[in-house]
Amino acid sequence: MARLLSYSDNGSPVHALSGTTKLLYFLVWSLVSMITYDTRLLLFMFLSSLVVFKISRVDFKTVAFVLKLILVFLSINLIAIFLFSPEEGVDIYGGRTVLADLFAGYSLTAQQLFYEFNVALKYFTIIPIALLFILTTNPSEFASSLNKLGLSYKISYSVAITLRYIPDMQRDYVIVSQAQQARGVDMSRKVSLYKRIKNAALVLIPLFFSSMDRIDTISNAMELRGFGKKGRRTWYAAGKIRRRDRVIIASLVCFAILSIVITFADGSRFYNPFK
Amino acid sequence: MKKAIIEFENFSFRYRVQKLPSLTEINLKIYEGEKVLIVGPSGCGKSTLANCINGLVPFSYSGVTEGTLKIKGQNPAELGIFGLSKLVGTVLQDTDGQFVGLTVAEDIAFSLENDCVEQAEMKRRVEETAETVELSRFKGHSPQALSGGQKQRVSLGGVLVDNVEILLFDEPLANLDPATGKYAMELIDRIHSNSEATVLIVEHRLEDVLHCKVDRIIVMWEGRIMADTTPSRLLSSDILKKAGIREPLYITCLKYAGCEISAQDRPENIRSIALEGLEKSISAWYEKKEPQPAGEVRERLLELKNISFGYENNNTVLKGVNISVNKGEMVGIVGRNGAGKSTLSKLICGFEKPSEGSVFLEGKCIDKDSIAERAQKIGLVMQNPNHMLSKPMLFDEVALGLVTRGWKQKELEARVFECLKICGLYEFRNWPVSALSYGQKKRVTIASILVLKPQVIILDEPTAGQDFRHYTEFMEFLLKLNRESGTTILMITHDMHLLLEYTQRAVVMAEGTVVADDVPASVLTDDDIIQKASLKRTSLYELAIRAGISDSRSFVQHFIDYDRRGRFNG
Repeated sequence: MARLLSYSDNGSPVHALSGTTKLLYFLVWSLVSMITYDTRLLLFMFLSSLVVFKISRVDFKTVAFVLKLILVFLSINLIAIFLFSPEEGVDIYGGRTVLADLFAGYSLTAQQLFYEFNVALKYFTIIPIALLFILTTNPSEFASSLNKLGLSYKISYSVAITLRYIPDMQRDYVIVSQAQQARGVDMSRKVSLYKRIKNAALVLIPLFFSSMDRIDTISNAMELRGFGKKGRRTWYAAGKIRRRDRVIIASLVCFAILSIVITFADGSRFYNPFK
Repeated sequence: MKKAIIEFENFSFRYRVQKLPSLTEINLKIYEGEKVLIVGPSGCGKSTLANCINGLVPFSYSGVTEGTLKIKGQNPAELGIFGLSKLVGTVLQDTDGQFVGLTVAEDIAFSLENDCVEQAEMKRRVEETAETVELSRFKGHSPQALSGGQKQRVSLGGVLVDNVEILLFDEPLANLDPATGKYAMELIDRIHSNSEATVLIVEHRLEDVLHCKVDRIIVMWEGRIMADTTPSRLLSSDILKKAGIREPLYITCLKYAGCEISAQDRPENIRSIALEGLEKSISAWYEKKEPQPAGEVRERLLELKNISFGYENNNTVLKGVNISVNKGEMVGIVGRNGAGKSTLSKLICGFEKPSEGSVFLEGKCIDKDSIAERAQKIGLVMQNPNHMLSKPMLFDEVALGLVTRGWKQKELEARVFECLKICGLYEFRNWPVSALSYGQKKRVTIASILVLKPQVIILDEPTAGQDFRHYTEFMEFLLKLNRESGTTILMITHDMHLLLEYTQRAVVMAEGTVVADDVPASVLTDDDIIQKASLKRTSLYELAIRAGISDSRSFVQHFIDYDRRGRFNG
């Protein structure tokens, strides 16, 4: 069974970076990508995130499912933007080049198309980095990074443990659904969608109870070993900030400043090819 | 005179959600450096007693306390659960659920992290501890990827790293195969003799714990202490029988042979017990053995032919496995964790497809049948009932398989009621599942499979976590089912007693192949097979040798036959 979104170390340079670096990278990258609508910058960011993904040697198969899911939501998002605000691009870019007249007074303009292209591009700059962040950061190290950035360690640890349990939950799900199938509960494509959803609910109850058992055990185990005793704790897995981390953080900051300058150089967040 | 490290005085405890107290007027002193075993049937309060010592009671499970408890002269309520965790290290029963670290090293370091120990110091202490628990090579591994015994050693490391004074083991043998369990007991013994720690073991498998020396045994019964004595005195009394705890098999055998056992004979271990003068009665009993009735020829029901299988990463789990099961048989499948036993059941039920070979049922190849189609004839009962129970009400749970097959209400009800009666659950038919005990839930899962009237039932670890009384009840129930409805029963198990007492045949797996397929008495007296499959030699074998009986296999067989006759007639 392929594991969805779980950490595994394949020894790539991306995996070797400290968790703090990766967390900072992810935050700054998302921030820049959210602020700017400069198409050139977004294209550059998209391409470079693909390069980083390649360097990480993460198997595409492990993210394929999640990617499909994101694409579905992205398409829904783009359609919704068009339905609710079909003239957004026209307002932004100050021109109206009609490509086709559609239904009920809706028309497709080059400006709107370009605007939505930019929105999609924003997603694509963040997605590879976000996925990489989850897949290449050791959950414990992630917790220690959050803690280093000032978040309470109890919250940091809960986040890490949740990430850790994703594979366990998947294993439980398989066991439970097999048990149900063996009693004749069909969850394959042979039955209607409604029935499938109803049958899936049968899996959720045992899954819920076995998760509750798990939580009970783990919280006892943690308490018995002094978790939460002090306001502070140290981390066995805390990554050392090495030279390459410093280099990356420094170049990241430079990149962020530069991109903000480029974005606002002409007085607008938007790059306008229609002028 | 040694100092008491744990002192209970007129101590009673009642959980907030329960009417009756779980512990009543406990008076108990445990001294520094002692090794004490606490035994008792499920629900006798032995876990509650342990939880009072490590602080889960009252800090995680609240309730009403009376009397006093002192740990190292201090009141646990004042120490708090964190103060206690410096004194008492607990190795929980569920080894899988208690890992917090992503790697072995990190998990061992957990309590040091919480104590704000610096990273360099932490690494040094983890290194040291990993060596003590013999896990140095596995520091970078994920705890989940280890074997059962190694997992337990990780948990042990996690408490040893703190230099605690009291080590508390909650059912340490529950998830281990027999050889690993034996090894775990030896490791605990080594740690006990090399440190000054006080060791408390809560367990109901008496014979396996007594593999190593124990200073004292506390027997609990219905929330009270029934006996507090030495192993030799306990084994020469009739307390065990009263408390519903299985006595060691060699003791049972000696009693069958009419031997008197006294405390001076040092009966706590088969190696230490004095048999002088008893050989005669043992031989006399053995001479009375009756010839075995020839096995009847039965029809073949399930056949695995040349099955091979590997998961995605090409690790071969099974290699050319051939097994055949006859109609009406009760067969045990044994072998160490990871030997491919559970995979075998998945292949039979169709959850996984073999890479080679075929499965036959009544002579027909069922390779192309779907999971649901196979489920009509083959039922699988999983180890953990919580993985199977999906309906809030008992009736609905049992009826589920029929409902999905579109049965009409009237016929469905008749079939479900019939099945509930067989399983002794009829009186609970309107109960919510959550109100049932673990053993009852286990029965519900069997009922929900049985209702489909399968020809074969496969049970994965049917008796794990059950005490002697529940074990006997449950196994007798399966036996009745097997005899009365002719259902063929296949059991995957670690329990050597189950193998001896309730199976006609044992299939032994090791490294993905079948290494033996014979009657249990032969398997459990064959050193070669025992070693290959991490089994444990039955103490009856040693008894036979020590009593000068050369054919130990036939001696064990005689014991089984005698024992079964006793159970059927009484």
